[in-house]
Amino acid sequence: MTAIVSISDVSKTYASGFTALKNISLDIHKGEIFALLGPNGAGKTTLINIICGIVRASTGHISADGHDIIDDYRKARFKIGLVPQELTTDAFETVWATVTLSRGLFGRGQNPAHIEKILKDLSLWEKKDSKIMTLSGGMKRRVMIAKALSHEPTILFLDEPSAGVDVELRRDMWEMVRSLRANGVTIILTTHYIEEAEEMADRVGVINKGEIILVEEKQALMRKLGKKEITLELAQPISAIPDSLAHHKLELSGNGHELTYSYDTQGERTGITTLLQDLAQTGIRFRDLNTKQSSLEDIFVDLVRERS
Amino acid sequence: MNIHAIRAIYKFEMARTFRTILQSVVSPVVSTSLYFVVFGGAIGSRIAEIDGVTYGAYIVPGLIMLSLLTQSIMNASFGIYFPKFIGTIYEILSAPISSLEIVIGYVGAAATKSIMLGLITLGTAALFVPLHIEHPLWMLGFLALTAVTFSLFGFIIGIWAKSFEQLQVIPMLIVTPLAFLGGSFYSIDMLPPLWRTISLANPVVYLVSGFRWSFFGKSDVAIEISLAITLLFLVACLGIVAWIFKTGYRLKN
Repeated sequence: MTAIVSISDVSKTYASGFTALKNISLDIHKGEIFALLGPNGAGKTTLINIICGIVRASTGHISADGHDIIDDYRKARFKIGLVPQELTTDAFETVWATVTLSRGLFGRGQNPAHIEKILKDLSLWEKKDSKIMTLSGGMKRRVMIAKALSHEPTILFLDEPSAGVDVELRRDMWEMVRSLRANGVTIILTTHYIEEAEEMADRVGVINKGEIILVEEKQALMRKLGKKEITLELAQPISAIPDSLAHHKLELSGNGHELTYSYDTQGERTGITTLLQDLAQTGIRFRDLNTKQSSLEDIFVDLVRERS
Repeated sequence: MNIHAIRAIYKFEMARTFRTILQSVVSPVVSTSLYFVVFGGAIGSRIAEIDGVTYGAYIVPGLIMLSLLTQSIMNASFGIYFPKFIGTIYEILSAPISSLEIVIGYVGAAATKSIMLGLITLGTAALFVPLHIEHPLWMLGFLALTAVTFSLFGFIIGIWAKSFEQLQVIPMLIVTPLAFLGGSFYSIDMLPPLWRTISLANPVVYLVSGFRWSFFGKSDVAIEISLAITLLFLVACLGIVAWIFKTGYRLKN
């Protein structure tokens, strides 16, 4: 896979002495959607800000589409679009004026047709002459995206894109991100919404306390670290788990009505067949059976807890 | 050079001027007119000619310079401080634009605005007093040089300031007093010898004197010295701006 963003040994220590990033090395593949997950203060935004030129790295090198972000900053930044976490907009400007400014700043000549297309794609066309201060939070978020896309970047950073956005807009945004990816744009997003990463990402990176603790294909990660549970709804409640079933490590819940069995999906033997045979021999009958797989959120929480 | 970026910043800043036309243009013109009414008309009619020039006409260069200094500083400092304050500075910092291009965009727009105001003030003055400009090209040159220099100074203040209060401190407490005491309304030759000597430490004296020379061909200090001091201040401001971008002072962590 070709790396479109290459991060090598990047560290950041602020003047206060706080170390936000510790020797981060990471490659983002061309055309992928990469989700960077991490708790508050993990270093996600610092990393993005360094790549985009807003914060200076203390050590290390970064290249964007083959261009060093310091020595060849013009070419590197030209490729990058950033939607920051905060809704920082020129409140007194119109949507059209602020998006036009962004395009110019990134070295593109005027192209009203392109800006019109972006505004229409983001359902902002009707608001093009409105001052940003009159827009809702969701609309302002769209304006931020329009600004980031105005110069036709090939790498797009979305820093917490769904913060403060309603469900409908979030779904629209996911659609837009997929469509951008289909057009060859590489997308790197940070998010607190694990659902977002689960829904969209090709690969997931987990960052905690300034260190990358895991980078993995999302599906592989879920397969590798995912646990599965079977919950049996019993026909008759039981007061305790019989000794003959003790070795299955079951959990009894629901006032004796539910037995839960956890197993590793990667294991050679899941133990399900034996469990069902033992249940039949013990005379425990069940009315229903549910299975549940660990979500990315469960995996993320486990990982962060493990490393803390 | 990222010409598109310079143009974008320049147009964006100029658009703000025209959107806030009352604050940007009308207000300074009204206040300058009031100076003419009070100093030029009411008080000036009782003051004898200075260097063969009526008092009303004599104060015109000083008034224009006063307006030019304060407007250059205010426009440029606000222009760069406001994106810092609301957070949109992220876009400037992440754009493929050099520090020189940022300065040309912001300082160019601020200087354009203050030159426009200077010329409007001059036009307003012409309604009150008869004016003859002896060296019009030098007058325009001084106008542009002072506007650019003090817009750079304002740009530095805008980056340095952490609050709107700090943004006002230097223009209000340093520049305005220096402008008033820098011979805007009088010739420093009218002062007692000690105060005349002290006044020579005031850089505004050289600006006003040089500018006044372009109007009347007479000055408090030699035109060459006025020009040299102004250029020296310009170079100092350029040096500070270059240092700011090199170190990221109050712009980048």
